[in-house]
Amino acid sequence: MFKHFVSLQWKSFFRSSNFGKSLAVKLLMGFFGVYMMVTFAGLGVGLFFILKKTFPDSDPMLIVSGYLLYWVLIELFFRYFMQKLPVMDIKPLLLYPIKKGAIAHYILVKSGLSGYNFLSLFIAVPFSIVLITQGYPVSNVLGWLFAIVCIVLTINYTNFIINKSDRVLLFLGVLILALYSLDYFSVFPVIEYSGKLFYTLYQNPVLALVPLVFAIGTYYINYIFLRKKLYLDASLRKKEARVETSDLTWTKRFGDIAPFLQLDLKLIWRNKRTKMQVFISLAMILYGLFFYSMDTYGDTSTIYLFVGIFMTGIFLSNFGQFIPAWDSEYYGMMMSQNIPLRKYLESKAGLISVSILVMFLLSIPYVYFGWKALAINFACALYNLGVNVPVILFFGSFNKKRIDLTKSAVGNMQGTSATQFLVLLPLMVVPSVLYFVLKTFVSFEVALITLSLLGIVGFVFRKTLLDKVTEAYRKRKYTMLAGFKEQNN
Amino acid sequence: MITTQQLTKKYGRQMVLDIGHLEIPKGQSFGLVGNNGAGKTTYFSLLLDLIQPTTGHIINNDVQVNTSEDWKPFTSSFIDESFLIGYLTPEEYFYFIGELRGQNKADVDALLANFEDFFHGEILGQRKYLRDLSKGNQKKAGIIASFIGNPQVIILDEPFANLDPTTQIRLKAIIKDLSAKKEITVLVSSHDLMHVTEVCERIVVLNKGVVVKDIETSAETLRELESFFAGNPVSDEEE
Repeated sequence: MFKHFVSLQWKSFFRSSNFGKSLAVKLLMGFFGVYMMVTFAGLGVGLFFILKKTFPDSDPMLIVSGYLLYWVLIELFFRYFMQKLPVMDIKPLLLYPIKKGAIAHYILVKSGLSGYNFLSLFIAVPFSIVLITQGYPVSNVLGWLFAIVCIVLTINYTNFIINKSDRVLLFLGVLILALYSLDYFSVFPVIEYSGKLFYTLYQNPVLALVPLVFAIGTYYINYIFLRKKLYLDASLRKKEARVETSDLTWTKRFGDIAPFLQLDLKLIWRNKRTKMQVFISLAMILYGLFFYSMDTYGDTSTIYLFVGIFMTGIFLSNFGQFIPAWDSEYYGMMMSQNIPLRKYLESKAGLISVSILVMFLLSIPYVYFGWKALAINFACALYNLGVNVPVILFFGSFNKKRIDLTKSAVGNMQGTSATQFLVLLPLMVVPSVLYFVLKTFVSFEVALITLSLLGIVGFVFRKTLLDKVTEAYRKRKYTMLAGFKEQNN
Repeated sequence: MITTQQLTKKYGRQMVLDIGHLEIPKGQSFGLVGNNGAGKTTYFSLLLDLIQPTTGHIINNDVQVNTSEDWKPFTSSFIDESFLIGYLTPEEYFYFIGELRGQNKADVDALLANFEDFFHGEILGQRKYLRDLSKGNQKKAGIIASFIGNPQVIILDEPFANLDPTTQIRLKAIIKDLSAKKEITVLVSSHDLMHVTEVCERIVVLNKGVVVKDIETSAETLRELESFFAGNPVSDEEE
């Protein structure tokens, strides 16, 4: 029986639409994958020596043990968002003469092999190897590693048990904060006690059986639960979103683009992936801190211009690069309905412009690092507004990959093609180069004024530019329609 | 109203549609039947300028559809679920279509009131997004949305498929009603010979992209069609 399941899994991997993705996307994803692995493994190797150097008096193992509790809780917290039990995949299996128990085992075992579980092992395994080479007793280290594997699996299966309730999530969040503040305000030494607890795991390898029991226990609870609920109307049911309606009549004051603006706002707010873009964009305002808090650049470095373009234009590039693919599910309707393409694009441009304004306002506190920071961000916002808005809309006309809005937001590369990488060039690199050249050969002020002027000129001529963009969309209409219809991309 | 001239559509070397001349007068209820792969959806997509013709053109009320967009205000259609916006509720969708076609909320509400029977209490006021409705209910919403804004041409691809018997009967009554006024040209495609013969004054049979029959509906039409399709081996190509 399991042989069949394995072959199914094999086929689903190699025949999946992901596998047929364009080379550029595969390379990029591969690059990120390798990057993550190397970083984690590097951390695993380096961890021992870093700890040894920073705290020469105590055993690195003891320090690591101290933080294990936080690791468990934080990983649980994040997995809540990232990982769901892939129950929908087994729907077709229900009709065949396969025992329900076998199906339940299949998805549970499969989830045990998911990539999330290997992430922590990329730290734990190199760390253990370093420990052994440093003369720690082999049996103890291996026992500890085994315990870690069991804990990872326990996290994995616990996540599926708590996945149904937001309250547990809230509880986890509060718990993490509470424990941390107990430590921080020296009310109760959580790290010390939990550290001792986990350290005994290392001291007595036999105790690794305890996490093993936990892993098996959580697996079994999941099994019982799933076994009972393998029905279409129970656990296999797709969640139906409850309708949230909001009053959008205020958009009326924007005149005839109002219906599209309303549609775009609903698009963003009612779909996971688009909603995620908003949160990511808002969080990215902190990106500048990395650079501004380092003194190595000098206060007019080109890196700050790049940062400024990036921060004020984050929503522009994240959301804008997939215009009009966001509407790909119903693009046929959009093209046969009584819709002036121009108004449709104007609405998108308006939305992005507002986002630039908001991001600029949020970036004002950077004035703390000097007025030049504010000036750079202001010039960047102007440049984004006048030049990059039409540019990203124009590049949108090359989009022809479908985006399925109901798909999850995390790690979703749907709709990505070479266009998305090409567009970064004019968007970020051109202004940076321009700035660098002018600043080096003329002056900082001239460079900023030039960028601002370019933005203002673009903004003044936005009607003409948008006409050109509309023309580009019209020309590529049939290619887009055909591309958006393809389910597998 | 709708004139088709020397229209062909080729994919690679395969001819999927080849219509020499087809004239659909104003106010006619026009039925298009054929097996899978006969070219019904291709024809409708050409009519809506969703794909480009290889040769020839379609003129809809003096507007050539692949060169001008002026046919859009008086033409409406429901081809498949891709015409719905999944993250809107049915009401929001109707109002959105209404705004595109110059109708305010009150106009749309007045129109929807006529179709309460048809909705059968499953569309309006459900607090559900369109993507969470059943296929049949999605179809109901899409069909009614195509009536918004006083269109002169209504194009419905396979409107009877996925509907329950009661709704099928009601839809037939609605289409008959629309065409009785002789103002609105209704184009319907279907696999169900009985339904089309019942609602359409004229039926055109497509086979492998070519018009093979063009009949005014009469008492014998259903028999004629049945014997035609019985004699033809059913092709199982995908549309």
